[in-house]
Amino acid sequence: MSDSPIAVGQHGPELRHHFASVEQQRDAASLGMWLFLATEIMFFGGMFCAYLIYRMNYFNEFAAGSRSLDLKWGTINTMVLICSSLTVALGVRAAQMGKRKLLVVLLLLTLVFGLAFLGIKGIEWYDKYKEHHIPGQSFNADDLVRDYPQIHIDQQHEQIYFSLYFAMTGLHALHMIIGIGIFAFLTFYAWKGRYTPEYNTPIEIGGLYWHFVDIVWIYLFPLLYLIDRRPLR
Amino acid sequence: MATAAITAEREHYLNKEYGIRSWLLTTDHKRIALLYLASITFFFFIGGFFALLIRLELLTPAGDLVQADTYNKLFTMHGQIMVFFFLIPSIPAVLGNFLVPLMIGAKDLAFPRINLLSWYLYIIAGVLMFHCIVTGGVDTGWTFYTPFSTAFSNTHVIEAGLSIFVAGFSSILTGLNFVVTIHRMRAPGMTWSRLPLFLWAMYATSIIQLLGTPVLAVTLVLVVCERAFHLGIFDPTRGGDPLLFQHLFWFYSHPAVYIMILPSMGVVAEIVPCFSRKRIFGYKFVAMSSIAIAVFGFLVWAHHMFVAGISLYSAMIFSALSYLVAVPSAVKVFNWTATMYKGSISFTTPMLYAFGFVGLFTMGGLTGLFLAALGINVHVTDTYFVIAHFHYIMVGGAVMGYMAGIHFWWPKISGRMYPEAWGRLAALIVFLGFNLTFFPQFILGYLGMPRRYWQYPPEFQVLNVLSTAGSTILAVGYVLPMVYFLWSMRYGKIADDNPWGAAGLEWKTASPPPTFNFDETPEVTWEAYNYEEIPAPAEVALER
Repeated sequence: MSDSPIAVGQHGPELRHHFASVEQQRDAASLGMWLFLATEIMFFGGMFCAYLIYRMNYFNEFAAGSRSLDLKWGTINTMVLICSSLTVALGVRAAQMGKRKLLVVLLLLTLVFGLAFLGIKGIEWYDKYKEHHIPGQSFNADDLVRDYPQIHIDQQHEQIYFSLYFAMTGLHALHMIIGIGIFAFLTFYAWKGRYTPEYNTPIEIGGLYWHFVDIVWIYLFPLLYLIDRRPLR
Repeated sequence: MATAAITAEREHYLNKEYGIRSWLLTTDHKRIALLYLASITFFFFIGGFFALLIRLELLTPAGDLVQADTYNKLFTMHGQIMVFFFLIPSIPAVLGNFLVPLMIGAKDLAFPRINLLSWYLYIIAGVLMFHCIVTGGVDTGWTFYTPFSTAFSNTHVIEAGLSIFVAGFSSILTGLNFVVTIHRMRAPGMTWSRLPLFLWAMYATSIIQLLGTPVLAVTLVLVVCERAFHLGIFDPTRGGDPLLFQHLFWFYSHPAVYIMILPSMGVVAEIVPCFSRKRIFGYKFVAMSSIAIAVFGFLVWAHHMFVAGISLYSAMIFSALSYLVAVPSAVKVFNWTATMYKGSISFTTPMLYAFGFVGLFTMGGLTGLFLAALGINVHVTDTYFVIAHFHYIMVGGAVMGYMAGIHFWWPKISGRMYPEAWGRLAALIVFLGFNLTFFPQFILGYLGMPRRYWQYPPEFQVLNVLSTAGSTILAVGYVLPMVYFLWSMRYGKIADDNPWGAAGLEWKTASPPPTFNFDETPEVTWEAYNYEEIPAPAEVALER
């Protein structure tokens, strides 16, 4: 890097005054994002802990609730998110190689995948609304009791499953919305040509965040959709 | 060396810019530290005001000053404000913000704008909390126990919960900034084994903030959702488990005690060597004990739940693990004492507070061992014994350390000396007032007076009168420093760059420091706490 235009000690436009070098600045930003993701793991961890306990206590209700989710939409959404992770990873590569147009296209694709995910999630939530599976006064799981006569289902405990379903997917969707905001910002500046092979830290740490949100879904999908899909006898 | 005329002309962080914009939009860690200092002092006196009302109500056995419901709100608001708006941000956000870059020879924290953001988050949380107070407050106790908080309380639980949620993010961002700064921004030669012990303590504190606070945040989200949208996660009438709430809450709130006490331990580890003129005894052990406390702190939370219905076996394991915390704590106390042994001790104000800290923390810590024992715990659960124990840690420990630190670094922060005689008088008043307030509470608790009641049987009155009398003395001890610090900003003696003859890097730059801390990046070639090589200034030597 010694022959790069932004060498140690010189103030390039992207180097903030309190850092000694671009490398130091990039290392700091990257470490900061990893630490932030550690806090995010703990943040979701509280909910996963609650999930674990109630799934053990009320397995029948969790299994029945899981069967009522739409496996087709869940699978499609998982594929959509995996594709978005691919476009992000390729985008980081494009930024490092200084391919501005490719970067903008990949970031736009990421945004499309992200919005598609939220749209599908919205359809699924609306279905739950129609089925009276949203926790609260109008919650009703009579349909599940009717559909699965083989297993004992307690309506109150069924409500806990759906409480966790909405809390976990809702929190995940909130992270997706924040991620889409970040990527809209990154796309705009990528289009303006701010990111170069020497300076692309925002793309890199924005990508870290996006991958993290994807990974949370990779755990949520089996935990919520695939609890017990064996045929009932 | 520094005459008034020269100092008046020299540019530093305080006189570089003037006006409200230069403060509210600053990214200078030193100015943000002062913003925090002003805001947490404000909340300290609000929380203190509630404490005085509590003590006044308990002056007589009858419930006569306030209604029972109001009393519930008083102790709740006192707890929430003191914990989340004073103790947790106190040393990290004020002294930590000011000192972390100075002590490692950096120009600023790694993320100056995030640092300012964390102050704004704190202010948003503070405004929410303040609005919550003036519109009626909360009565759940600072612990938000379910199902009372989610199903029964008719006070502003949602607003208080959101306020603490936002305050938590302020705390997370401060911790994140410190960890990255300590890892990535150290000056050449500032190796890990030369890192000041205050920074080891801040590092351990930041780790707890990073890993603990999000769990509290998500727990409060669930409580708010349960209240607002009727999710059934903690409500036993719908199959939910209130114990789960307690587990999640204490998973953060027990380590939060170490967020409060570890920074004070760091402050004391700076002050004791300086005023004993000796290298700290057992540097590595003091440093590693901070990390050990942070790690063990995450393994003991259920000792708050011994009578809540957890199984006997898990209670036994948590009891045993709780004893473990005593080991690194004792390592620290013994090492400070060994540092003082045969040292040339100066009885300056910061050192008096440090003495107070060591004594009171030891008492708070030892009574913590009583509470870790299952049998005694059952006897004194929810009595004033518990109140006295944690006030010895939080007020006798954390606040004493904070006062010690503010006095010690005041010359660096303001460029002026505080009046030494008044400082020592205030330290004495705080120590006497504190013990008079809280020692009787140990006895009250042992005799069986429960906490969180506005009335009590007449036989407890004498001890309660003593406690209330002590709290007024304590209040004087806290108002006094505020008065003379404000006075000293204008009339105090101009401070030298290094008035205490202290060894840290922060004393090698001017008082107050220039905006970017050092004129050129320093290079560290000496070991930490090399007090054998630094002569004590005449004024410090005179205080022996």
